[in-house]
Amino acid sequence: MVAKENPLAQFTIDRLIPIHIGGIDASFTNSALLMVIAGVLLTVLMLVATRKAALVPGRWQSVPEMLYEFVAKSLIDDNIGSEGQRYFPFVFTLFMFVLLGNLLGLVPYSFTFTSHIIVTFGMAFVIFVGVTFIGLARHGFHFLTFFVPHGVPKVLLLLLVPIEVLSYFIRPFTLAIRLFANMMAGHTMLVIFASFVAPLGAYYLIPGLLPVMIDVALMFLELLVALLQAYVFAILTCLYLNDAIHLH
Amino acid sequence: MDLQAAKMIGAGLACIALVGAGIGIGNVFAALIGALARNPAAQVTPFAFLGFALAEATGLFGLAIAFLILFVF
Repeated sequence: MVAKENPLAQFTIDRLIPIHIGGIDASFTNSALLMVIAGVLLTVLMLVATRKAALVPGRWQSVPEMLYEFVAKSLIDDNIGSEGQRYFPFVFTLFMFVLLGNLLGLVPYSFTFTSHIIVTFGMAFVIFVGVTFIGLARHGFHFLTFFVPHGVPKVLLLLLVPIEVLSYFIRPFTLAIRLFANMMAGHTMLVIFASFVAPLGAYYLIPGLLPVMIDVALMFLELLVALLQAYVFAILTCLYLNDAIHLH
Repeated sequence: MDLQAAKMIGAGLACIALVGAGIGIGNVFAALIGALARNPAAQVTPFAFLGFALAEATGLFGLAIAFLILFVF
C-alpha cells in the first residue's frame, strides 16, 4: 500500500502567469509568488510596525526592534565586530528573506522556495562573489595570505594550501546545499508520514492516528529547523565576511 | 543487475550518512548537557543549536545524494 502521491510532488514549480521573452521562460511561478509574498510581508511588517515610532516601544514596534537587535548584536557584532555594521542591511535582508521563506513554506499547501537548490545557490553564490570582492578590495593581493595558515612548517604548506583553497571555493556549494537539503528533507518527511495515514487508518483507527501524531511532532521540529537554518545561513555569511575583513 | 534495483540499493547505501549525523547530534547535546550540569550559568545553548544544525546538515547531504540517485539519474 504505497502512497499514490509522490512525496516530491510538493516541490513542483507551476507557471501561474506564463511569460516568454525571446525564447527565455520568465514565467511568474508559484516560487516567484511566494518570494513576492515574503518580500511584501517583510516590508509591510517593518513599515507598519515602526509607523508610529515611540521611545518606549509598543507590542508591534518591539518586533522589528528585537529583530534588529538580534541581527546587529548576536550576528554581526559578535562575529565581525563594529566594522561589520556597514553590511547590516544585507545580512538583515538575507536573514529575514530566508526565514520568511522557510516559515511560509510550513503553511500547508503553500510552497517552499528555499527547498529549491537554484534559489539557495543563487543567494550563496552572490554571497561568495561579494565576500571575495570585499576581501580583494580591502587587502589587495595581501588577501591571498588567507590561504596560508600561520605557524605551520613549510613542508606542510604544500598540503595545507590546496586544502584551504578547496575549502574556500566549496563554500557556496555547502552553504546552498545545507539550506536546500534541510528544507527538502523535512518537507518530504512530512508528506511521507502523512501518506501512511490512509493505508493504516483504513483498517483500524488507532494505527492511523500514529502517523498524525508523528507529523505533529515533526511540525515542531520543522519549525525549529526553519528558524535554525535561517540563523545558520546568516551566521555563516557573517563568518565569511569576517574572514574577508580580518583575514583569520 | 537491474538498473532500477541498483539505484535503490545505492540510495539506501547513501542513507548510511545519517549514522554520522546521529553520532554528531548525540555528541552535541551530550556535551551541552554536560556543560550545563557542571555550570548551569554557562551561555552555550546557542552554540549547541548551531552545532546541531551543522551536524544535521551533513547527514542531509547524504539524503540529497540518495534523492539525486533515485530521481535525477
